[in-house]
Amino acid sequence: MTGNHKEECFHCGLPVPQNSSYRVKIDRKERAMCCPGCEAVAKAIVDGGLTSFYHHRTEISPTARAAVPEILQELTLYDKPELQRTFVSTDEKNIKQASLILEGIVCAACVWLNERHISALAGVVEFRVNYSTHRARVRWDDTQIHLSDILQAIASIGYLAHPFDAGRQEAVYKKERANALKRLAIAGLGAVQVMMLAVALYAGDYSGMDAGLENFMRWVSLFIATPVVFYSARSFFSSAWRDLKVHQLGMDVPVSLAIGLAYAASSWATVTRSGEIYFDSVTMFTFFLLAGRFLEMGARQKAGQAAEELVKLLPAMATRVTDEGDETVAVTELMIGDKVRVKPGDSIPADGVIVEGRSSINEALLTGESHPLAKSIAEKVIGGTVNIESPLVIEVQKVGEETVLASIQRLLDRAQVEKPSIAKMADRVAAYFVGFLLILVSVVALWWWQHDPDQAFWIAISLLVVTCPCALSLATPAAMTAATGSLTRLGVLTTRGHALETLAKVTQIVFDKTGTLTKGHLALESMQVFSDIKEQQSLNIAAALELGSEHPVAKVFLQKASIPNEISANEVEAVSGQGVTGLIDGVQYRLGCAAYVASVLEESPATLDKPKNATEIFLVNDKSLLAVFFLNDELREQALESVQALKAMGKKVWLVSGDNEAAVSYIANQLGIENTRHSMKPEDKLSVIADLQQQGEIVAMIGDGVNDAPVLAAAQVSIAMGGGTQLAQASADMVLLSEHLPHLVDAVKMAKRSVNIVHQNIAWALVYNLLALPLASMGYIAPWMAAIGMSASSLVVVLNALRLSKSVDL
Amino acid sequence: MEILYLLIPLGLLVLGVAIWGFIWAVKTGQFDDMEGPAYRILMDDDDIRIPTRNPENTADKELKEK
Repeated sequence: MTGNHKEECFHCGLPVPQNSSYRVKIDRKERAMCCPGCEAVAKAIVDGGLTSFYHHRTEISPTARAAVPEILQELTLYDKPELQRTFVSTDEKNIKQASLILEGIVCAACVWLNERHISALAGVVEFRVNYSTHRARVRWDDTQIHLSDILQAIASIGYLAHPFDAGRQEAVYKKERANALKRLAIAGLGAVQVMMLAVALYAGDYSGMDAGLENFMRWVSLFIATPVVFYSARSFFSSAWRDLKVHQLGMDVPVSLAIGLAYAASSWATVTRSGEIYFDSVTMFTFFLLAGRFLEMGARQKAGQAAEELVKLLPAMATRVTDEGDETVAVTELMIGDKVRVKPGDSIPADGVIVEGRSSINEALLTGESHPLAKSIAEKVIGGTVNIESPLVIEVQKVGEETVLASIQRLLDRAQVEKPSIAKMADRVAAYFVGFLLILVSVVALWWWQHDPDQAFWIAISLLVVTCPCALSLATPAAMTAATGSLTRLGVLTTRGHALETLAKVTQIVFDKTGTLTKGHLALESMQVFSDIKEQQSLNIAAALELGSEHPVAKVFLQKASIPNEISANEVEAVSGQGVTGLIDGVQYRLGCAAYVASVLEESPATLDKPKNATEIFLVNDKSLLAVFFLNDELREQALESVQALKAMGKKVWLVSGDNEAAVSYIANQLGIENTRHSMKPEDKLSVIADLQQQGEIVAMIGDGVNDAPVLAAAQVSIAMGGGTQLAQASADMVLLSEHLPHLVDAVKMAKRSVNIVHQNIAWALVYNLLALPLASMGYIAPWMAAIGMSASSLVVVLNALRLSKSVDL
Repeated sequence: MEILYLLIPLGLLVLGVAIWGFIWAVKTGQFDDMEGPAYRILMDDDDIRIPTRNPENTADKELKEK
């Protein structure tokens, strides 16, 4: 880089290439643009009178891709009724409605821009963007405007919209959330009211109260507590019933027992005007438990929405080859035996076999290997993988549920269900406690019934109430909710309840390399030129040769080349895994690995200033070597510190990667990781983890790729990177949204602290119960004392847990 | 203290209104997006009413069309 002032693209912030002529007048000033894509988008925004977007935005927009006419053409397919059937609903006034996933939303101004731009179109009835989920809902009058016009309008301002079937999960989530909110609100409002009356009643007990008024207040408390128990707490009863049906004593059994019995006894006391009422404890307890579950549900849904986006791996359209010529159809309409044409750069729509052409296929989806594999006629290809070099015709062999992609998803579902969970242990302990308690209560009640029948019922009730496992059952969820909240502020999303508990006990931490410890994309580290060629010129030649390739190496050169690149290559031919060759101004050029250019270059130049472990790419013409490029995958910031901090905590750190030995050991040496495995396929990774687990180790896996998904699901606790694939995130227990490795260390520390708090809570609850138990059995504890004791013990537990949410810095 | 016989039922009535209001809010989607609306009020459509010196301003044109 030179010290010259470099102009940045006003739209996307990328440097503007010299001599660029892309300019748009914004706010009476000519602004430079980096590419025709950004120019077109900025022009569309200004022409729409939406210039204030540039005043309000708080993030730089993503670089706009020039709208390719072919893609716009493809959008019109979304108007086909057969395709619309899956995601469009029509209401009685013939207004159509669809849900869209919007890509490219980075700040609130994007939402404003989209809403203003689309709502202004004639025929659009409503267009609403949800900023939290990046989903949009559009309603339109099909007689005035078509869905493809709306999608094109969104594309014209630089965003990408995919229609999706909101009917399935979205509606379920929405209903679940709405129901949970309603239950929570009724429990909360009810608890406040009952508590107010309870204070009056306690005061009345102390200083004397008119009997009629006391009775009235008890009836009012009963009236308020009834909907709380029968509506808000219903989910506890139903899940307790489910547990009992399969002969298990889960945590919901004591919870519903406590709520049910305390409510029944209080109602009895109210009706017969005798004894004590516990409506305050019942409602407060219900409210606290519901609040914890509501927060947990929110995190789970967020992760689930990511899984929904997995559908995008498969293209929506395919080109079917028929006798009358090619036609474009929806992928869902493909049948076994159909022939489809796949252009370079497109995803393969279904599993099948190649019948025409040869090309290389990027199977990162399955193997995690980012280097493409060469495939030719009669070889099998997998739906969702990407065709890279040249057009193919494929005969479809499997569709829908039969495909490999669908089976990965099934594998994942199964692994998640079979996940070993320590959380279940706590439930089992509680179950024994409950069983023991029930037996004890019946024994005590029987004894009192024989000796003093009048007292028996109230002693049994106060024994049940005082030993109510409320504190015990709140001990874990309260601490976990508080810890989850403070981790979320750090950018670590916890999606499953057991994650923190397990993370605290982890002994082995297994990292994937690419995208986890490293940034996951190749970058040009340095280059060396030979003969009298200029650096930029050699990059331009390389870019011309690589133009149109999806190979990760190609992207490096395409980013570095000048725009526009005046050099263009003819007769370009790629050899998979080797390199490319082509004619530029009549001269034959080759770009590739040492073996590929060996015919021109007999020996590698001795003066190579090669950075450690870099991949070398040679550029030669028909006579001599022109340049060598060194590409490398950068380490993430503070990767070394994080790995060392984890080791200092006594964890064993592993590096398990699909890459070759050299690449793996280079990274491992830099980070000081002794345990490494290289050239691992997903099934090998699975067996590494299974071996560790068999030795009784508790394994945490950190990964990011689709190929990591089954491994992530198999580890006791798994963490996906925020920039990783959606499938990986959906199968992980935690997501490192910040992609900042030190936060992983913080998460482990926080997990340890929260487990400590849980232990303190459980110890307190047990000590309290053991003290209260004999006293209550002997009849020394009046029911009102039991009620205060129960509330107080729960409050202590909750307050102790709240200490976790206070300090984020550890 | 007889007034309590009136005040407590009145309190219950208010409680009922609060619950009804909350359920209405959930049903009409007031809790669907907890972040977006906070920004939405900041980016309003009032820019076309702010007079500008530049007659070519697109915003003015828009105003004329309306």
